[in-house]
Amino acid sequence: MKIDISYGSGGKQTSDLINNIFLKHFHNKILNKLEDAAVLSVKGKIAFTTDSFVVSPLFFKGGNIGKISVCGTVNDLLMMGAIPKYLTASFIIEEGTEFETIEEIVHSMQVAAREAKVLIVAGDTKVVEGNGGIFINTSGIGEIIKKGVSIANCHIGDAIILSGNLGEHHAAIMSKRMEIENDIMSDCAPLTAIVKNLINNKINVCCMRDVTRGGLATVLNEIAASSMCGVHINEDALPISLEVRGFCNVLGLDPLYMANEGKMVTVVPQKQADRALEIVQKSKYGKNARIIGKITDGQDVYMTTRMQGKRQIDVLYGEGLPRIC
Amino acid sequence: MRTLQQVKNELKDYQGEKIAIMEVCGTHTSSIFKNGIRSFISPQIQLISGPGCPVCVTSATYIDKIIDYSLQENHCVLTFGDMLKVKGNNLSLTEAKAIGGSVRMLYSPLAALKIAKENKHIQFVFAAVGFETTAPIYALLLEEIIKSKIKNLKLLTAIKTIIPAITYICDNEKSIDAFLCPGHVSVITGSSVYNDLAKKYHKPFVIGGFEGEHILAAVYEIFQQVLSKQYSAKNMYVSVVSEDGNQKANAIIDKYFKHTDDYWRGIGVIKKSALRLKEEYLDFDAGSYFDEYLENSPINCRCKDVILGRINPTDCPLFKRTCTPLSAIGPCMVSTEGVCGIWYKNREVQQ
Amino acid sequence: MCVAVPGKIIEINGDKAKVDIMNNIVEVNIRLVSVQIGDYVLIHAGCVLEVLKKDLAEEILWMFNELQEGANENSSAG
Repeated sequence: MKIDISYGSGGKQTSDLINNIFLKHFHNKILNKLEDAAVLSVKGKIAFTTDSFVVSPLFFKGGNIGKISVCGTVNDLLMMGAIPKYLTASFIIEEGTEFETIEEIVHSMQVAAREAKVLIVAGDTKVVEGNGGIFINTSGIGEIIKKGVSIANCHIGDAIILSGNLGEHHAAIMSKRMEIENDIMSDCAPLTAIVKNLINNKINVCCMRDVTRGGLATVLNEIAASSMCGVHINEDALPISLEVRGFCNVLGLDPLYMANEGKMVTVVPQKQADRALEIVQKSKYGKNARIIGKITDGQDVYMTTRMQGKRQIDVLYGEGLPRIC
Repeated sequence: MRTLQQVKNELKDYQGEKIAIMEVCGTHTSSIFKNGIRSFISPQIQLISGPGCPVCVTSATYIDKIIDYSLQENHCVLTFGDMLKVKGNNLSLTEAKAIGGSVRMLYSPLAALKIAKENKHIQFVFAAVGFETTAPIYALLLEEIIKSKIKNLKLLTAIKTIIPAITYICDNEKSIDAFLCPGHVSVITGSSVYNDLAKKYHKPFVIGGFEGEHILAAVYEIFQQVLSKQYSAKNMYVSVVSEDGNQKANAIIDKYFKHTDDYWRGIGVIKKSALRLKEEYLDFDAGSYFDEYLENSPINCRCKDVILGRINPTDCPLFKRTCTPLSAIGPCMVSTEGVCGIWYKNREVQQ
Repeated sequence: MCVAVPGKIIEINGDKAKVDIMNNIVEVNIRLVSVQIGDYVLIHAGCVLEVLKKDLAEEILWMFNELQEGANENSSAG
């Protein structure tokens, strides 16, 4: 069965949609009340963020738009030293979308929310004209457990840890679009374990940043600009799978600029670097973590290349498109 | 024994007269930056980027026309990702898409066949840009269009041949001492095309592959030739480049295309530098013969001098000031492989 | 100007073949070459342009050997 415009009317069909899909999967004490707003208790300072998700295709190897919409907001909260507690979820659904599609997406959201230990406590649905598309916005609140984590907080000499392989989400999505067969899975995941373990083990984390759109190159430039420092990384240290390398070669893409959905950069004091690396590697989703470089003086991002050359790494301009000629 | 390290050391320690080497191919330019090659060779060995980015040298008139197609009712433009960002006289395809243009990005021209068969009510136009490397693939596409009697897929061609452009540079630009010849174009043309050039112009013409090691070895070969003053054509990409090139590819190119003069954006007309569909196949052509080329030449833009290797992008008064990848003025800034775009995004560091 | 990559032919169906590019499988046209399963080929825009005569490691070794000769000639000349 397909969604038609009447499901956005606010009447009987809207409430059927809420009961049969959203409440069925997301149900919890707060949401079940179906009040106009959720009433929440939180401890101390909170982090608060929002993100909208417009992925095409909706389903890909390793996830779907629902899983990303939970992980993305959860990870943004974690990067501020906050433990995610509550999310809201708003859906804009185009008419013609199958109920099964919506249910599968919602189910994935619930699975991801359970893993990240967050509750989805409020939501909204609108139906618009179109042809089977879905767009999701999530907002989230997290309780700060480590103060002062900031992109502006890096110091010369600090070590930069990348939590795992680059480019997998981008490659998974693009493979489907360009009809290239491979086993590359989106890395889409909540990074809760890595962050909790670092903080609970008294690592004095200076900065955390999830590596999403714009890729590693863009994140490192943001760190350099905000902390008014330079960044130096080694190409040889970058974890990139053989498949993703091959994929990039086919389409002329650069893994430094490719999107990820379950990777983060952590900046820690040099003397804690090895220990922090070990903690990340032992945490879920951190197995392939590497120390990729360090904070330097100066103001730009540089990389020592595989051939021991040195080049500057700039931010992404425009969209990273495949090139052939 | 010559190890990689020895080659690097010699190229770094060189203090003789300047050697200006033009890498013709944009993918070479890109690899030179990615490997940071300039950072570990002597500044006396200059690597100068040439006209080998097809997107940058495609005329604005052509781009305007392909944009018009994208905006026509029931039309859809098929293209490589490369072409989406480059501006014509007014818009880029990306901008055209934003005002309702229909544009689809493909990896292979041959994928257009299936799309056309599945959407018979839409007229598809393939933006067939590229050099010798891509030309035989367009020929294969055309052959299939004819064989399968596909009525709703045409080519708007801007296929250029790089050898006439190299000859043009040899004739007009005395400052270039040597050429790092394009590896993948040479797969089709064969290495022998450079023999006469080397004899005529007394310069090294060295074909190189695209790994950092390939490029370094080719540069070193050029360096040796310049020092010994013994110039020749040399193929350093023997894994795929043969003496005579790919004969099947050349045969199918000759079957469907003829050589005509062509306009290169930023340069002007270069004799016999285009491959256009022969008269008997013009039913499949979406209007690739232009009477004139209109070019709103931006004031102070020095793309021509950049493409011809006269100056580095950093010498252009617009570079990084008013001309950036996000608001490109000249054609060399718009493409990922454009010389200025690459220079903007990748600054190497002299150590 | 032209992005092309090496891959290995793993399946042939008439004018088409499947190639493996570091565990990425792409369907390509093989009209421009004569190939067999197991051949390493150069692929550009969904089409095989040539069969590889050496692999990358061999080629790099060969290149530096070539250079050595050049340098020896040079040093004997100088």
